[in-house]
Amino acid sequence: MTRAAVLRDFQDRFREDILDFFDKSPKRAYFEINPDALVPAATYIFRDLGARFHIASGVDARTHLEILYHFSIETMNLLISLRVKLDRENPKVDSLANVIKGANWIEREIHELLGIDFPGHPELRRLLLADEWPEGVYPLRQDYQEWDKKAVRDRGV
Amino acid sequence: MQKSVISIGPFHPLQEEPEHFSLTVEGETVVDVDVEIGYNHRGIEKLSERRNFEQSTFVIERICGICSTSHPFAYTRAVEDIIPVEAPERAKYIRTIIAEGERVHSHLLWMGLAGHFLGYNTVWMWVWRLREEILDVMEILSGNRNSYAMFKPGGVRRDINPDDIPMALKKIDAIIPTMDRLKKAILDDPVLHARLKGIGILSKEEAINYCALGPTSRASGVDRDVRKNAPYGAYDRVDWDMIVTQKGDVFDKVVVRVLETYESIKIIKTCLQQLPSGEIDLKLKSIPPGEGIGAAEAPRGETFHYVRSDGTNRPVRHKVRAPTFMNLPTCKATVPGSTISDAAIILASIDPCYCCTERMAVCTPGGERIYTGKDLIKMSQDKTEKIKREMGIK
Repeated sequence: MTRAAVLRDFQDRFREDILDFFDKSPKRAYFEINPDALVPAATYIFRDLGARFHIASGVDARTHLEILYHFSIETMNLLISLRVKLDRENPKVDSLANVIKGANWIEREIHELLGIDFPGHPELRRLLLADEWPEGVYPLRQDYQEWDKKAVRDRGV
Repeated sequence: MQKSVISIGPFHPLQEEPEHFSLTVEGETVVDVDVEIGYNHRGIEKLSERRNFEQSTFVIERICGICSTSHPFAYTRAVEDIIPVEAPERAKYIRTIIAEGERVHSHLLWMGLAGHFLGYNTVWMWVWRLREEILDVMEILSGNRNSYAMFKPGGVRRDINPDDIPMALKKIDAIIPTMDRLKKAILDDPVLHARLKGIGILSKEEAINYCALGPTSRASGVDRDVRKNAPYGAYDRVDWDMIVTQKGDVFDKVVVRVLETYESIKIIKTCLQQLPSGEIDLKLKSIPPGEGIGAAEAPRGETFHYVRSDGTNRPVRHKVRAPTFMNLPTCKATVPGSTISDAAIILASIDPCYCCTERMAVCTPGGERIYTGKDLIKMSQDKTEKIKREMGIK
């Protein structure tokens, strides 16, 4: 299949769930999709299109939280990013870890750093943060406040 | 049978990243493994949000001491992808030369450590002597033996002086005969065959499902290499082969790394000979709002950077994904079923930034025994000795 055929086919399959499509360059395509459709869409890209899962990156965009799931179809040098926008108050999206084993760790990381819940994840425990780190403090949120008064501070530039 | 838990880690001075492994064992056989990381979490992603685009290059160059170029390479490509622009031709070649030199010394470093784990201390010393030669070449070309500080968004910081190139080429040519002897010594050694073949097998399906990267995946028959799949730098302008083997055991991972070293030497030589003239820097003034993705093939696999800009001089989000993040979970597939004496080399075979054999405690109902990292390496070395005796080799 060609690049255009892959993208058109994907759009046809998930017509109702694709909220936005940004065809940035020949190597990059961004789809914003409905969070409920993430698992079927990602499964389709990973299993049927034979894409590789790079990683997910969580972003705090102040008005909402966002996760981008990056996949690449290596035979045609195309990187597809699936974007889901989540509500700041109760952010959650279904886990991909049961479909893609490589998504296990990054969901644990996003869970502790951005406070996004992943229902269905086999073991959603801490990955990076120390045991004494308080619950409910998410360092990658934009409103993060330093909580440890004894910490050695980064003084910026 | 009674199960015990052996914990390995979290600190070891030999390699750089602290990790903690819990091996659940039945007798001598490992039945389950669990990894804990985060002992060295420095918050670089957060730190990078407080630096401007130029300064971030230096921060992330310090993510890894061994593959110090792969992160700036992926990061600068991500920043260039926001605009989007491509670096000038000469800069691409210089970047490729630096990245490949780094791959050679990183693979040699790993081979030396693997030799040490297996009780081949001659290989260890010999390989690291050879590594010095390639570090000298890097010093000639960039001025630094490691942490080259050559990269910047839009190009490279310093040019390669044409007068230095003949000297560098001569030194590289001098490396090849020693590499040949080394290749023979490692790949034709019957003891290493007996010791490494058939252990720690990562099947192709598991490699794909765990999204394994770099030599770890290529040893399992997955032809995955960013340099070929999504060419960047000068990789599509020079002739080189992707090394893929099929069995997925530790021996195949050694083969991939040894043969890849040759390919890297070939790429460096071709790039130095073909180095085009011209600008080395685009002199980017500002980064527009948007998002960019950059990937580069580090010695251990693909590094992946995602950068989002809001039009100011600082990234609002900078996501860094190192290859070990994807490769380390594969130990769940490779370690169970092996013996404890094999576990050290299997865990080391993905070339993690691995450093955990400092302390080892066997927890039994009767109390706790503490082993040091030396003991674990010794168990591994003793097994090699045993194989040697059985084969009648002194």
